[in-house]
Amino acid sequence: MAPRTAGNLVVRARGVRRAFGPTPVLDGVDLDIAGGEVVALLGGSGSGKSTLLRILAGLDAAATGEFAVPAQHAVVFQEHRLLPWKRVIDNVGLGVSDRSRCTDALAEVGLADRARAWPVELSGGQAQRVAFARALAREPSVLLLDEPFGALDALTRLRMQQLFGRLRARHGFAALLVTHDVEEALLLTDRALVLDRGVIAADLPVELDHPRAPDRPGFGALRRRLLDLLGVPAVV
Amino acid sequence: MTLVAAPDTEVASTAAPGRVKRRIRWQRALSPVLILALWEAAARAGLIAADKLPAPSTVLQTGWRLARDGTLGDHLLDSLTRAALGLLIGGTLALILGSVAGLLRAGDDAIDPPVQMARMLPHLALVPLLIIWVGIGESMKITLVALGAFFPLYFNTYAGIRDIDQRLVEAARTCGLGAWQRIRHVVLPGALPSLFLGLRLAIGAAWLSLVVGEQTNTQNGIGFLMMEAREFSQTDVVVLGLFVYAGLGLLSDLLLRILERRTLAWRRGLQAT
Repeated sequence: MAPRTAGNLVVRARGVRRAFGPTPVLDGVDLDIAGGEVVALLGGSGSGKSTLLRILAGLDAAATGEFAVPAQHAVVFQEHRLLPWKRVIDNVGLGVSDRSRCTDALAEVGLADRARAWPVELSGGQAQRVAFARALAREPSVLLLDEPFGALDALTRLRMQQLFGRLRARHGFAALLVTHDVEEALLLTDRALVLDRGVIAADLPVELDHPRAPDRPGFGALRRRLLDLLGVPAVV
Repeated sequence: MTLVAAPDTEVASTAAPGRVKRRIRWQRALSPVLILALWEAAARAGLIAADKLPAPSTVLQTGWRLARDGTLGDHLLDSLTRAALGLLIGGTLALILGSVAGLLRAGDDAIDPPVQMARMLPHLALVPLLIIWVGIGESMKITLVALGAFFPLYFNTYAGIRDIDQRLVEAARTCGLGAWQRIRHVVLPGALPSLFLGLRLAIGAAWLSLVVGEQTNTQNGIGFLMMEAREFSQTDVVVLGLFVYAGLGLLSDLLLRILERRTLAWRRGLQAT
């Protein structure tokens, strides 16, 4: 991974603030993501991690502070958010003029044969793969992921995490992965941020060798550190 | 109405439901046919006086006679023209105002309160006022139909737009779609089921308004045919008029259903069972 210098940043945010009523949720967040870097954003429930992602995705007009996200970005949400009245291929092609890019993206997530299906005909895992294909077809330099595996069953989640690893290796996109799953963060990312009381409270590089697995050396210690930062005590 | 399907349901093979559906449809025709048969039998046995309610076969014979000499066709055409014009005017207004109120906050503030107030008036009670305003001629009938069609279509357009899942609109925004493209790809298709429901109710209200409108000072139309027949105690012609109204209602509903099934094919998976 290249070091983060001003030249190769794809996402840069300074002093991002957002309040809901009198309570500030984000209270001056600074965030840098370098080209090709995958960053996890962890935090307790209600810590504002999804709020931060929505701000970066341009979906929250009420936020203040300065932030720059390239126009070539794509978002994958926890729910697939496919338009039920468009066939799979047309969902992937939403706002993309080049059709071959859509068929390629669909093939990459292994659903080339489902191009003419309606979203209601897909399983949960398939629909989420289509959502990833929709993001890929935009050839993003940064992916914003809001708990994209959170609504899937355990087995499908593992397969999707592997798929994400393969896609990242092939395309080299940067990504911000909002998650509450510490293991997921350690498996998939280069750096883990912990959001607490409206600011980035910790910035932890994840220096583990690939391929990663929970039973590899160093994984457990890092997991423990992150859980401590998130305020989850060790079981005695 | 939810627009997002439960993602975990696998849809079963599509071959099986077709047969089930056909059987249900055939069963639904059974009771109307039975009622008609009973009516016919009772009329023939003399249980129902012919001047109060003629047998269905008599009504059909009268219909055939009036259809052959062209009377029925002419009156039907006049009624259909009124219904179509009224629906077009009322429907267009409803679509425009409903969309503006549904899409824009300012439009909602300006348009919705007066429409909600006007809705409380039974529009058929406006006939005396309409006669003073636009006279007793053709424009009164068309205005009445337009008024009847306006409200159901307005409310369903409004509700259809408001019920659209905001998360889908957001997803479309992250795909880089501008406001007009979002309306085209998300709002319009998302509101379509509601629009169809509104249209179906609007057509029903249009027929109802037509019946009332055509019974005041008219020289043509199915309603006139019925009023004239009453003067001469031709019960069969009166009942024939009712048959025609019922047939028109059924026909318009059928056409709309076919159109709906074509346009809303994406819901097939949910509707099959």
